[in-house]
Amino acid sequence: MADETTKQARFRHVSHKRRTKEDRRFITGQGRFVADIALPGTLHVALVTSPYPCARIDAIHTDAARALDGVVSVITGDELVEATNPLLSGLDLPNIKRRPMAAGVARYAGEWVCAVVAISRHIAEDAAELVEVDYEPQPFVVDPEQAIEASAPLVHPDHGSNILYQRKFTWGDVDGDFARADHQLSFRARWGRNSTVPIETFGVIARWNPGVETLEVWASIQMPKYAEQIARALGLPANCIRVHYDVDVGGSYGVKRGIKHTVLVGYLARKLGAPVRLIEDRLENMTGGDAHGPDRIFDVSIAFDNDGTLKSLRIRALDNVGCYPGRAPLQLGKPIGAIVGPYRIQSVEYEPISVCTNITSQEAVRGFGQGPTNFAIETAVDRVARHLDMDRVEIRRLNFIAKDEFPYTIPSGTAYDSGDYHTVTEKTLALADYPALVARRDQLRAEGLLAGIGFSACLEPSGGNAGFEPLFNPKNPTTTWMESCQIKIDLMGNLTGIIATQSAGQGHETLVATVIGEELERDPDDIRVVRADSLASLPSNSPVGSRMAIMLGGAASGAAKMIKQRLMEIAAHNLQLPADRLVYDGGDVAVRDDPATRIGWDEMVEIAHRRYHDMPVDTEPGLQASYVWEVPGGGGMPDADGRVQMYPCFSFEAHIPLVVIDPVTGKIEILSYYIGHDCGTMINPDIVHGMVNGGIAHGIGAALYEKFEYNADGQLLTGTFMDYLLPSIHEVPRIETVDHCTPSPLTPMGQKGSGEGGYLGAPAALASAVNDALAPRGLEITTLPMRLGDIAKLLHEQT
Amino acid sequence: MKQRAIRVTVNGKAHESEIAPRLTLVDYLRDVLGLTGTHAGCEHGVCGACTVILDGAPVRSCLMFAVQADGHAIATVEGLAKDDGTLSPLQDAFWEAHAMQCGFCTPGMLMAATALLKSNPDPSDDDIMDALGGNLCRCTGYQQIIEAVRLAALRTGEADG
Amino acid sequence: MKAAEFEYLCAESVSEVCQALADGGEDSRIIAGGQTLVPLMVMRMVRPTLLIDINHVAELQGIAEDAGGIKIGACTRQADAETSDLVQQKLPLLAKALRLVGHPQTRNRGTVGGSIANADPAAEIPLVALTLDAELVAMSNSGESHYQAAGFFSFVMETALGPDQCLTELRFPVWDGAHVGTGFEEVSIRDSDFAILAAAAQIETDNEGNCRRCAIAIGGGAPKPLRMGACEDAMIGARLDDNHINQAAALAAEAIDPGSDVHASAEYRRRIAPELVARALKQAVSEARP
Repeated sequence: MADETTKQARFRHVSHKRRTKEDRRFITGQGRFVADIALPGTLHVALVTSPYPCARIDAIHTDAARALDGVVSVITGDELVEATNPLLSGLDLPNIKRRPMAAGVARYAGEWVCAVVAISRHIAEDAAELVEVDYEPQPFVVDPEQAIEASAPLVHPDHGSNILYQRKFTWGDVDGDFARADHQLSFRARWGRNSTVPIETFGVIARWNPGVETLEVWASIQMPKYAEQIARALGLPANCIRVHYDVDVGGSYGVKRGIKHTVLVGYLARKLGAPVRLIEDRLENMTGGDAHGPDRIFDVSIAFDNDGTLKSLRIRALDNVGCYPGRAPLQLGKPIGAIVGPYRIQSVEYEPISVCTNITSQEAVRGFGQGPTNFAIETAVDRVARHLDMDRVEIRRLNFIAKDEFPYTIPSGTAYDSGDYHTVTEKTLALADYPALVARRDQLRAEGLLAGIGFSACLEPSGGNAGFEPLFNPKNPTTTWMESCQIKIDLMGNLTGIIATQSAGQGHETLVATVIGEELERDPDDIRVVRADSLASLPSNSPVGSRMAIMLGGAASGAAKMIKQRLMEIAAHNLQLPADRLVYDGGDVAVRDDPATRIGWDEMVEIAHRRYHDMPVDTEPGLQASYVWEVPGGGGMPDADGRVQMYPCFSFEAHIPLVVIDPVTGKIEILSYYIGHDCGTMINPDIVHGMVNGGIAHGIGAALYEKFEYNADGQLLTGTFMDYLLPSIHEVPRIETVDHCTPSPLTPMGQKGSGEGGYLGAPAALASAVNDALAPRGLEITTLPMRLGDIAKLLHEQT
Repeated sequence: MKQRAIRVTVNGKAHESEIAPRLTLVDYLRDVLGLTGTHAGCEHGVCGACTVILDGAPVRSCLMFAVQADGHAIATVEGLAKDDGTLSPLQDAFWEAHAMQCGFCTPGMLMAATALLKSNPDPSDDDIMDALGGNLCRCTGYQQIIEAVRLAALRTGEADG
Repeated sequence: MKAAEFEYLCAESVSEVCQALADGGEDSRIIAGGQTLVPLMVMRMVRPTLLIDINHVAELQGIAEDAGGIKIGACTRQADAETSDLVQQKLPLLAKALRLVGHPQTRNRGTVGGSIANADPAAEIPLVALTLDAELVAMSNSGESHYQAAGFFSFVMETALGPDQCLTELRFPVWDGAHVGTGFEEVSIRDSDFAILAAAAQIETDNEGNCRRCAIAIGGGAPKPLRMGACEDAMIGARLDDNHINQAAALAAEAIDPGSDVHASAEYRRRIAPELVARALKQAVSEARP
């Protein structure tokens, strides 16, 4: 309660309960999602996809499809090779060209081979069935460990290897620390290929407007520099692309990056002179949507002393990126910025290896690689505790960075801004009534069940920045992911914030209104926030990397402060007093020593908009401000050893679940779930708690149910919602939360990010709980997801 | 193929349409009637985003052909608020509890929960979970949704009591 | 995911359905609740040219009791059967199973007969029909046919029904002994998923608590639901202690012939079968105990 009181005293709007600005349209069915946009004369795309993991395309017979009534066009990959440029890659791989559709060779089952355009989606699907493709199956590889063997078939022969990226980073005296440590242990952990799988698939509509030579785009998108990527691929200037940001996105959490979809549809719209839309159906989304997540094998060694002090860490991370690299290999780079987790570990060796295979391509997923890495680190800490017969919480207390050590620079060069891991942990233990929880577990065990308590600590790097881009690709010197906000006050005195991004549920309108309202002491409910289009707005890097509370909040705060400054100048001029004798008061400006003497908001608005004669000399008429904010601490290039400041702010969570396992069926039930959460200042507590709860639910999926499973023939076995299993309301327990606030010194209100932590911590916590349950039997599982069959197999093999 | 004439009542308003038999009810509502509040998430009956109320019972509109709705009454999310814009207690509770993030599953949740509260004005948490067990939400982890349904039941009970 | 084109007939009587089936041949298909059929159609795994809708055939709906037991019209909604007093009182095993079929929303459309005719080997309603020796009635232009559940299900989504037949009614015998108990246990990954394996049991005990009558079946253990005859034989006449139940249930492992899929291996199904049967039996015994 003390925290709550402090916050209430410090802020008048921030951190207070407030209904969001977005929800009203969603509860009335008035959200505007991409599939809701109906443009006259729209044409629909359906796709013909490869059934083979690798096949030469000898011929594509499209006559029957073209002859079908209602079909407008049928195009193949070869046509796009002629007409478009390759899609952007996150790595410098000149010999791997990614295009919207296969040309010459299809490299995974589900890859687009041919696109059919018709007057309805039904007819497009009818026609797609009539396309016949002559394939010549080729050797292929599915398993990433086989893929790196010399004899493996090459996914991209021109590249000469299936390894897309490999580098061994060494930060500190790893060999020495391992040699000096009392103990070391090694293990392998696997993170199964899952993803965010939003309930809305990806969709895009494009229309070429010949009168103004502009390609208009409406999409369910969350992609940095989207307009520029479209422009580059289509060979157009970026100021010919107008992306409408006022489209609601039905969930993304990273993956809504449909650049190949957009280039295809944009090309077709221009060619056909009609609006063209491609709304993925669920089957397209799961197989050829290129939206899978990390797929990792970790080989971890950890060195430690008798007393439990962690000394050094070696991590080799082999990631199966699938067929095309895109930005996905960079998901091995981002975790470098938190490679020791919340622990005081003095040296690290990290060897990321990105491998391509003949399966669907990866895309960015919530946490951008941090979730798997956190699972590996936390599993290591649990193993050390078990090895030393220490309490799992105690070993963490011993190794946590202490609150007075911040800013704390980890071996890989990133400084953590602030935190109080010990206090959050203690608060979480208190919330869970830990001794009672242990008693409950032991009671369940006495009843013959397998019961276990998990613990995981989790850092959420936030305020996303570009550090991994120059680190993994020296030809890409990006060191800023700026964010922007504009504010204008109209003649009526109403405030409007203008942002340059789409939202997928993060509540950006509420965020910006709350921050502006806080700075300018105006009611956020009266502030409108609009999402401009890409031509009308300032630069943005989109809501990736848990960054918008920080970056968009920071930009809004900066713009609001500029407005406030201008109001003070107007007031000083009209009251004929120096600004330091004035005080801003709820939109008015008053004389500090004589508060009754003041100039009101409405009058200052009128002065700015009409009475230029009352404005300070040589000032801009009107009341408006634009602010573009650089990521705090950004702008640095990596050093020769790969040390870099990755993200600026670090939220922290402690997760404590209690699980019970049916000893025969292997079915895991989560009985309780407690979390302590510290994301600094919460702008809107309901939004933060929703994201944390949702992140945990998502993490439950990754831990227990969700996997894009391929068989040895390279076929996806879990391509529908009947096989790829998202947690339902029955699988997500009630989550008990305790908040803590360690403000970030780097942000205007002390805020940090909160969109990812639940997902980053829950899989590790559940693995910890399951292993605690299995420990009395001497069993262990380090592969996610931990499906009931996997658990039962372990149990059965023992008996 | 032959078009079929159908007559359906949606949110109290009668509609007559000529449609292809293969048009699903969700596509009919969205593409023919322009009622885009009902969402298609999986189109194979798992996610529940397309839930509408058919003759009083919540059903998946992706698992029906629109021709099968001939002569029936359908309620969609667009019909929950009063004509003057007053929100239903459930809608208001969803807003109050922030029982959503992206809003894509929300219409299906609202329709399933509306039907629940009609048949069971004072549901237990288990009743709520049972009624919403076929509606996937990827954003919220469901907790705030359960709280919203509970809140709506409480407020309605107080208003009636 | 849009269905291929088809003609649609909204039938109003069983005779109209039968005539349409006769005329339409192999490419015609009945749609009842559509909860299984529509996904298959939109994925174009099933593509009838004529869809015969039986939702408006009044004679296919309703639940009634007669001397032979409980009659359930094939097009009766699962939700209506679930809440039916007759079903709850006379067919408690079916009532238990119905709560596990899909979700409330799919049960509002899905029909009891549709589940039987679709014959998913892990589905709950066919499993109960087999356990209770239900009689299945079908009609065609050639007349009415009667099938015993034991001979009705032949393979994954295959039954004894011919392409010209419409399932019209399910007839469940009622066990009206004083001490009848039922058990239904299934393992699924999420609560509402298809069962990986399901076990149904109904038993009747005499006044001393000995097993007088017993029916046990497993779904998901083979390409069709299977009766566990050996388990039943081991139960009948016996004292019903846990030890004996476990021994009888153990026989289930050898009685099934499971397959593997992405959710579970054949080995897994075989290993959990005895436990599920034992749990179902214990549930039934606890209810039946005098």
